[in-house]
Amino acid sequence: MAELGSGPLLSRRGFLKVGALAGGGLVLGICLPCRAERAGTAEGASSAPVPKDLPALAPNAWIRIHADERIELVLARSEAGQGVMTSLPMLLAEELEVGLDQIEVVMAPVAPIYSNRLLGAQATGQSTSARDAWTPLREAGAAARALMIAAAAQVWEVPPSECRAQRGRVHHSDGVRSLSYGELAATASGLTPPELPALKSREAWTLIGTSQQRLDIPEKVSGAARFGLDVRLPGLLFATLYRCPAPGSRVRSWRAAQASKVPGVIDVLAVRNGIAVLADSTWAAMEGRRRLEVSCRPASDRSLDSRRIRSRLEIGLTGGSAVARRDGDVSRALESSAQQIEAVYEVGFQPHVCMEAMNCTADVRADRCALYVPTQAQEEARAVASEITGLPRERVSVHTSLLGGGYGRRLEQDFVVDAVELSMRARRPVQVVWTREDDFRHDYYRPMTLHRLRGGLDAEGRVIAWFHRVVGPSVLARLRPGEMHDSIDDFMVEGAADIPYKVADLRVEYRRADTPAPVGLWRGGGYAHNSFAAECFVDELAILAGRDPLALRRSMLGDSPRYARLLDRVVEIARWGETPRTGRARGLALVSAFGSLIAGVAEVSVEDGRARVHQVFCVADCGQVVHPELVRGQIESGVVYGLTAALKGEITFTDGLVDQSGFDGYPLLRFDEMPEIRVDILPSDADPGGVSGLAVPVVGPAVANALRLLTGKAARSLPIRLSA
Amino acid sequence: MISLTLNGEPRELDLDPETPLLWVLRDHLGLTGTKYGCGKAECGACIVHLDGEPVNACTTPLSETQGRSVTTIEGLSPDGRHPLQLAWIIEQVPRCGYCQPGQIMMAAALLRKYPRPTDAQIEEAMSRVLCRCGTYDRIRHAVHRAANPEVQNG
Repeated sequence: MAELGSGPLLSRRGFLKVGALAGGGLVLGICLPCRAERAGTAEGASSAPVPKDLPALAPNAWIRIHADERIELVLARSEAGQGVMTSLPMLLAEELEVGLDQIEVVMAPVAPIYSNRLLGAQATGQSTSARDAWTPLREAGAAARALMIAAAAQVWEVPPSECRAQRGRVHHSDGVRSLSYGELAATASGLTPPELPALKSREAWTLIGTSQQRLDIPEKVSGAARFGLDVRLPGLLFATLYRCPAPGSRVRSWRAAQASKVPGVIDVLAVRNGIAVLADSTWAAMEGRRRLEVSCRPASDRSLDSRRIRSRLEIGLTGGSAVARRDGDVSRALESSAQQIEAVYEVGFQPHVCMEAMNCTADVRADRCALYVPTQAQEEARAVASEITGLPRERVSVHTSLLGGGYGRRLEQDFVVDAVELSMRARRPVQVVWTREDDFRHDYYRPMTLHRLRGGLDAEGRVIAWFHRVVGPSVLARLRPGEMHDSIDDFMVEGAADIPYKVADLRVEYRRADTPAPVGLWRGGGYAHNSFAAECFVDELAILAGRDPLALRRSMLGDSPRYARLLDRVVEIARWGETPRTGRARGLALVSAFGSLIAGVAEVSVEDGRARVHQVFCVADCGQVVHPELVRGQIESGVVYGLTAALKGEITFTDGLVDQSGFDGYPLLRFDEMPEIRVDILPSDADPGGVSGLAVPVVGPAVANALRLLTGKAARSLPIRLSA
Repeated sequence: MISLTLNGEPRELDLDPETPLLWVLRDHLGLTGTKYGCGKAECGACIVHLDGEPVNACTTPLSETQGRSVTTIEGLSPDGRHPLQLAWIIEQVPRCGYCQPGQIMMAAALLRKYPRPTDAQIEEAMSRVLCRCGTYDRIRHAVHRAANPEVQNG
């Protein structure tokens, strides 16, 4: 990503002059990628061309049309690899009648119009971006198109019905006259916006539903892409913080004598989250930090220890709880069952592990504050910076860089706090860099949960009772306490309370059991833990009933063509009906999440006591697909993410400390462990469903269900532990 | 004073020779294409070429580059059109993209050694670079594409 803070020309002044927009304040844009000529490197910066000081037409908050033919589309969601930088502009471009080669993408400032309605704030996450943008962005494009047509109609003094828009021009039906959007901008700016036209029909789409080349890829391949860690500003200082390793513990005393001697170290400061070393380079800051002498108070709650946490959760398996869903009378149905089974599942803590460790750059001045940050939560970042600096929100700007992974971790604001505090104290722009150890030790983990399930079968082997109690800490209680209701945390029960199966007598309970471990939102949400328990349990019921797991699921889904089609397809591509090779088994799982459906089959073997996943077949029904390759890519990506959590690593605590602090302790799935992944997307006319987190919950239980066939034993933990 | 060739240009650097090459590149030379992933040679995000061989820049002190040639992702091609870069674009490899400079540099070193690598050779080499977004399969396709001129049609 070019232009972001490179060299003395920040382009901020140039963009400020672009002018006010209808519907929401000043747009401060960062070209991402920028087709304007690049400024020099930090080393050899020369005066680069300023974007022309021409007022741009802004028909709405999403589109800017310049007289020099540049068309800018505004992106309000963070590009973290999921492809929103391409898919969301496609929605605007489709209706606006421009090609992706005719536009530049500009990151949005913080403003109410850019809020994510599904999240209640301007934020990216939980597989919501496409769903949230689907209608509003197309409408914005259509409204702008109508305005261009109205402008041409006025210039030519013809009815709008004789005008047609295509590739950034309006053409008259005489086949002769045409005008570009740039040429029409001045006229359009004087018009009352016409009524919103009908959106284009599916048959007329030229972009939606096609796999356009991703706009961020060329820079990610050339090395020019700018992530948060790559932000460079004049006078920038680098900093890293010593944080007390035990969550909840605080600094008691510290000495900086040795740290200060490291060449390049400028200052050592106590700040909210620890002791910060400020330096003229990242390495000097890290070296300085290594030489700090810090003593920490013990955490007030000493029970941050995996065994003690598990014991605490176990207590919650029985006794009182909140009820998330109650249909019929499951206790009576269980009593009248011909057969019953009860199982307890354990799902461990998981870290996010973005390849780009946490970081934030802040530039705090007397009258304004600029953040340059890989964030998933722009609005909250602004609020936090406003609170710390005392500046009104309008004086805080948030410039979103590319994100080297997000997965929910960058919804948090701890790295923003670090940078803002330090820039205030240093009176210089400061980039705070977390080390990989920090990133592991000070994460907000996917919570550990225990699950108690009970199921009952009638004499014909039908499932007539389903009980699922989820025990675990509450994520919402910290993040959005106002959304707790009747002691239910919806994140903690999604995937349990909304299973796709129809069982007349069903109860889902949530027993909140807080632990000292910091917990947060993780890719796949509550489905990542609840679907593991539920889908493994379905297979256990199948075994009890002496039925094929696929057949049992079909019978539990009721009459649903959508599910039938999904299962038919996964069965076909995975060759479910054929006997696998010797030593291999297949497992199936089905998840309904984020408005989409996914069925997964994993083909696995056990070699030297370890599970090896050879193939994963996924079929997804995620409604209308904006960009097929992006969807496929997110499902592949979710499989890999889920496999690491299923087979390779977890977070454990011992005596107040996180045990894992690097890739040696938490090994990611490697190239040579990658299974063959086949993804089929079913065509659908429904509105888009969420995709980014969809595959994560399905792969764990599919693998576990396969392993059960090979080992003869239920795998009731995630990560899956094969006994010797 | 350390003298080296960097992306084809002779450089003289008056920096502490113990500074890891990664930070020399990123903080002193404005070359931010090489990424910090772990600082311990466990993830491969920082892979650059030292005399054509892949090394983890995070654990390579500047002193080790004395009199030698270093190539970073920025220097792989003058215009971003190295066959691997073209292949990476055709196959649409990157997702978040953070590990990709390391992936591409590792692949470039592989192709120097084995111009037409087998799947096994690709696997051995590329397992050195972690990808959290799971782009491994596309990487494999892209390496084959870059290695096979008949297939290349970018």
